[in-house]
Amino acid sequence: MDRQATMEQGLTQTAFAPALSPAARRRQLREKAIAGIITLMAFTGIAALILIIVFVAKEALALFTDPAARHEASLSKMFLAQDVPAGRPAFRWQPVSKIPKVSMIPLFVGTLKTTVVSMMVAVPLGVFGALFAAEFAPRRLRELLKPVIELLAGIPSVVLGFFALMVMSTVVKDVFHFDRPLNAMVAGLGLALAIVPVIFTVSEDALTAVPRSYREASLALGATPWETAWKVVLPAAAPGILAACVLGFGRAIGETMIVLMASGNADVISWSLGDSARSLSATIAAEMGEVVVGSPHYSLLFFIGVQLFIFTFVLNLLASTWTKRVMRRLTGGAA
Amino acid sequence: MKHATRRTVGLALTAFTGLCAFVIVAVLALILADILEGGAAGVTWTFLTQPPSDGMMGGGIFPAIFGTAALTLLMTVAVMPVGVLTAVYLHEYAPPDSLFARWVRVAVVNLAGVPSIVFGLFGLGFFILFVGRGMDRVFGHEEMYWAQPGILWASLTLAVLTLPVVIVSTEEALRAVPLDHRTASLALGATQSQTLARVVLPGALPGILTGAVLAISRGAGEVAPILFTGAAYFLPELPTHLNSQFMHLGYHTYVMATQSPDVEATRPLLYATVLVLLLLTFALNLVAVIIRTRTRRKAAGAH
Amino acid sequence: MEARELTLRYGTKAAIQKVSLAILDRRVTALIGPSGCGKSTFLRSLNRMNDLIPGTNHTGTILLDDTDIHDRSVDVVDLRRRVGMVFQKSNPFPKSIFENVAYGLRVGGMKDKAALAQRVEKSLRGAALWDEVKDRLHDSALGLSGGQQQRLCIARALAVEPQVLLMDEPASALDPIATAKIEELIHELKSTYTIAIVTHNMQQAARVSDRTAFFYMGELVECGPTEQIFTNPREKRTEDYVTGKFG
Repeated sequence: MDRQATMEQGLTQTAFAPALSPAARRRQLREKAIAGIITLMAFTGIAALILIIVFVAKEALALFTDPAARHEASLSKMFLAQDVPAGRPAFRWQPVSKIPKVSMIPLFVGTLKTTVVSMMVAVPLGVFGALFAAEFAPRRLRELLKPVIELLAGIPSVVLGFFALMVMSTVVKDVFHFDRPLNAMVAGLGLALAIVPVIFTVSEDALTAVPRSYREASLALGATPWETAWKVVLPAAAPGILAACVLGFGRAIGETMIVLMASGNADVISWSLGDSARSLSATIAAEMGEVVVGSPHYSLLFFIGVQLFIFTFVLNLLASTWTKRVMRRLTGGAA
Repeated sequence: MKHATRRTVGLALTAFTGLCAFVIVAVLALILADILEGGAAGVTWTFLTQPPSDGMMGGGIFPAIFGTAALTLLMTVAVMPVGVLTAVYLHEYAPPDSLFARWVRVAVVNLAGVPSIVFGLFGLGFFILFVGRGMDRVFGHEEMYWAQPGILWASLTLAVLTLPVVIVSTEEALRAVPLDHRTASLALGATQSQTLARVVLPGALPGILTGAVLAISRGAGEVAPILFTGAAYFLPELPTHLNSQFMHLGYHTYVMATQSPDVEATRPLLYATVLVLLLLTFALNLVAVIIRTRTRRKAAGAH
Repeated sequence: MEARELTLRYGTKAAIQKVSLAILDRRVTALIGPSGCGKSTFLRSLNRMNDLIPGTNHTGTILLDDTDIHDRSVDVVDLRRRVGMVFQKSNPFPKSIFENVAYGLRVGGMKDKAALAQRVEKSLRGAALWDEVKDRLHDSALGLSGGQQQRLCIARALAVEPQVLLMDEPASALDPIATAKIEELIHELKSTYTIAIVTHNMQQAARVSDRTAFFYMGELVECGPTEQIFTNPREKRTEDYVTGKFG
């Protein structure tokens, strides 16, 4: 290695190149194998998502291929008003009666009712709570608030359903003078408990991502802290907060146990919050246990599952797009 | 607007946001207080160690505790290797700008948003009716052996459900391991997998444990995915095989709360069951929060 | 060890251009130049640490014992065991002092406890750290002072017995006393090792090196015996830099 002509340009002699040693080759092979296994494992996430939609859709497919099922539960029977004897409502979900009625409209109405109630409560609580944590709370309080929210998020939904059923139903019935204890209102309030942590956490992340310089500029111009929060920080974080709400909405649509336990589960179409409501998810949970595998009813329940999957999938994509957008704008990164 | 008015309005609205935060905390406190008050007296040694008796009017919930534990244990065994290695791929092995890695991320985010009841349908349609039936055919079982609800299928369903939790926590943990340590290891002639096994994973261990604990806590509380994949209401004997059905704290709560013939009579038992379930998940969550806060503080101090 | 017409690009931007430079055996070669001149990049290419940065590509050759280190016959793991590296910021693992030094040996497959202990001691002595840590080998390395940590990193690099030791501003984060210790150590090490050291500090280059290479804007401007570079450089740019007119 001790060479003369150190600064000479160009190659002065051909490089001597022995073969790779066997030990090194073994090592390289082993590394490749490990990298291969790890990459293969990473495929599981994608595979799971694909398998979920494929196998849920597969069980629903009979509705479109099997003539008997198509007759019993056609798309028009699911979504359009049916001719029924006078005085009876045109939209009913009674898949196990003598003449099965399979209108999904009451289920949509029920889902919408409970979801809207939960959003009306959870959005202000979550967003303003997050605003408080991010903008106004002293540091100590904020550090206490976050674990508390995490604890709330950690309560199993069956426990929230239990609480809605055993405690909230009585209170709500007395306060609003409803006829029945289990109704859309109780279920919606129970749902709100489940989605507040989601909305809070995602909103708080978006708010804290707003650079300090925005706030300092606003405060320097003489705005009060509240005006800064309201007119500068909140608009800057708006897409992230929207994403938080959309995520919460998706969670509320899909949440099962709370609605199943607290909504009363009757297939009525009514916009009164004091009436019972039956949601899409709760219908699956309540009926799958007694259904005959392969029957039209069974396929219908899977079809509801497909719809739930699609709704939440779209909402999630929207939310993640908005979150990315707000993070990109605020951090100024090209990524 | 005059300055004083602006200040007052601002203060009032600030106070309103504080109120919102307070309401959230208060509701949590209310739930806890109610369940603690209703359930504390019922949680006795007998309750924790005996099977139910007198048509669910008496006895304990030992089979449900055991079933929940066995279920989440199986789930953890299934989800941890896959979740940790996926995160390792995303953070350590994926080439930058890898399209595959981006797809994996999109899939994980969306997987986290799939409603839990849809996981239940998936467990039934895929594990029981597809995999289970296939296994029965292959192993020549005359009657249904695998093609029926059982603890294995329920735990695998939950493993898929908790996969995003593990991946996200592990990736956060990997991010907290300083790049310097990887460079130093590689410069000493360690291979990438040696660096991973000897430096990166040990450094990320607290965060990975946090992920495991969060996944367990989530998995222990989910009821919708196990409704059709293996949970049973009353089953005094404990699950002994992978295809056994099992009792479960959450499912037990659901059935007792909604289908009890005499709500008043079962109320103490119900409250006690909920309290046990809640204590279990909270204890797990608390552990996770503590580990995480500690590692975050450490990571912040290291830079 | 020798680079020939080495050009290294990050994407399309060249970080070093056609550098040809020999790192002579058992000598200390100092690489100096203003920040961003490519000296660290050059150093890192000598044990292919730049491979870790995505988007880098190179032309030209680097020879170690007459073999191109980018040849398919050279395994990068073997290369890094022969060409060790010490970084600007000391980066001990969060393990015990003993385990830090033994790390390179363990990943190389050494299992014999006695042999490990012997090599650890030898390396720590080689890095002039043994007397300070021999009673607490199993304490965490993070409890050492900054200067001790850097010497531990040198010991760790020495443990695998490399031919060449690359040092990337090894003393830039240290106080004068710790710096003096490191410089003294470099002096002792050059009887056994070939050393290349990147430094910002020209007095340090003058003190520790036998040869000095001056980099500027990605090019090697001049290379020669240290004394000549500092007293009688051939190039105007070198003179301006070593006399402090810019940099």
